[in-house]
Amino acid sequence: MPSSEIEKPEITITEAELAPTADIQDAVDEPDRILPAIEFRDVHLSFDDKKILNGVSFTVRRGETKIILGRSGGGKSTTIRLILGLLKPDSGQILVDGEDITHFTEEEMMRVRQKMGMVFQEGALFDSLSVFENVAYRLQEQGVDEETCEKEVRRMLRFVDLEDAFDKMPSELSGGMRRRVGIARALVGDPTIVMFDEPTAGLDPPTARTICELAIKLRDLEDVSSIFVTHEMNNLEYLSSEYATVNEDGEVTYEMEGEKLCLINTEVIMLRDGEIIFSGKDEQLRKNEDPYIRKFIRGK
Amino acid sequence: MKPLKNFLFQLQEISLLVWRAFIGLFRKPRYIGETIRQMDLIGVGSLPIVLLTGFFTGGVLILQTYPTLAYYGGQSEAGRAVATSLIRELGPVLSALMVSGRIGSAISAELGSMVVSQQIDAMRALGTDPIRKLVAPRLIALIFMLPLLTVAADIFGIIGGAIIASGLFNQETNVFLTSVRTGITTEDLIGGIIKPLFFGLIIGCISCYKGLSTTGGTVGVGRSTTNAVVVASIWVIVFDFFISKALQTILDIRPI
Repeated sequence: MPSSEIEKPEITITEAELAPTADIQDAVDEPDRILPAIEFRDVHLSFDDKKILNGVSFTVRRGETKIILGRSGGGKSTTIRLILGLLKPDSGQILVDGEDITHFTEEEMMRVRQKMGMVFQEGALFDSLSVFENVAYRLQEQGVDEETCEKEVRRMLRFVDLEDAFDKMPSELSGGMRRRVGIARALVGDPTIVMFDEPTAGLDPPTARTICELAIKLRDLEDVSSIFVTHEMNNLEYLSSEYATVNEDGEVTYEMEGEKLCLINTEVIMLRDGEIIFSGKDEQLRKNEDPYIRKFIRGK
Repeated sequence: MKPLKNFLFQLQEISLLVWRAFIGLFRKPRYIGETIRQMDLIGVGSLPIVLLTGFFTGGVLILQTYPTLAYYGGQSEAGRAVATSLIRELGPVLSALMVSGRIGSAISAELGSMVVSQQIDAMRALGTDPIRKLVAPRLIALIFMLPLLTVAADIFGIIGGAIIASGLFNQETNVFLTSVRTGITTEDLIGGIIKPLFFGLIIGCISCYKGLSTTGGTVGVGRSTTNAVVVASIWVIVFDFFISKALQTILDIRPI
């Protein structure tokens, strides 16, 4: 058949198709979004003769959750302490929102910490302050008036489903409640980066799941970049296979990824003796043949 | 060599701590409420033990010196002996030692517990400088309250001395008080107030440093509390000698 006789399908492009996709439009509207929220470049740290981190490099994109897996003493918590500027690396660079914070003074770090929230292993609540005072701490330090403080604290306590604990003292709370208050305190001021340091350690499975759901909610509904340090595979399972949506009644629901949606904003890195031995998706981790990783996954 | 290195390192850390607390005073936010709370805890809270110490020290001074003075016929100078010893030496030193035991241990234990439970890290993560929020108010409270406590201890010491002199040795109270009035000089009073200013600084910076450098969990908290009291007490006594010598030279204080 001569080529001239071939019937060419008529291609029509609608205006909607010509419009840039949401991702591209976001990047145009907010050029900062292409900058990683956190970036580690060949970071080394030693205490005396012991190497804690040995050439660690990774990035956390905006809205991404990076799960740091590893055994105790592997350098997981040290990594987030470095991001907060609570420790300084021996060499390498640490960037937050594209800004090199490696050699920032304590005074300069105070400004950077304003956009970060940190959830500590045991909650690290201030014993002498009530739940309200703990959650309102950052706002009160900034001189925000009492009425605004109370409104914001109630909003945050509602987010972690603990509004009833408003007037309680930390000693009156259970372990899980303390962690949730810790999360509420970390989220006051709407930080764009949140770090979780083993937030489920020592908690019963339902409470641990609740904590993970809060992290999922932050990732999917609040567009928060986060680092989730853990050594529990259950946490990895929840965070990398479930997502949060809001149903027609305005309630937050959690669904499993599958045909409808596949999570791409959650990645895993595994640390061993201060070195990254794996970086990628949870599916890749599960298929990895490294004996150490296989043993870790099996919980041995 | 290692102990010397450790000592120099700690000296450097303490100096930096004091310097940062001092610099922090000129920056916002200022923790005036916290400073007043600490003044209440340190000053009003320590008043009973300091008054008791002063009262019985004055009493025992008379008890021990009166017979000797009487032997030489100098019993009318008993008030002078008590007042000079108290104002120049015993008032400042004993008050500092009592405050070091009560407040130094409390500061070190509180800050140490906050370190081991990651509350200090949480504070820094929330954008607050712990040195400005915790160290500076305690240092200021100690520097301001210890001289006041010392004056109170001196007064109660003289009252204690007068009561014992009158009760046990039948000395007229006005004879005792006249001897006190003629015995003490303005230089004694100034020296007696300058010393506790330094002692307050020593107790504050050592106990804050020991607390903030706590490691090793709850056992570590106990260790730093003990260290804070022992080290602060020793340095109070060591510094007392050098400050006394310096004051003697600067204020031209004559011997009794």
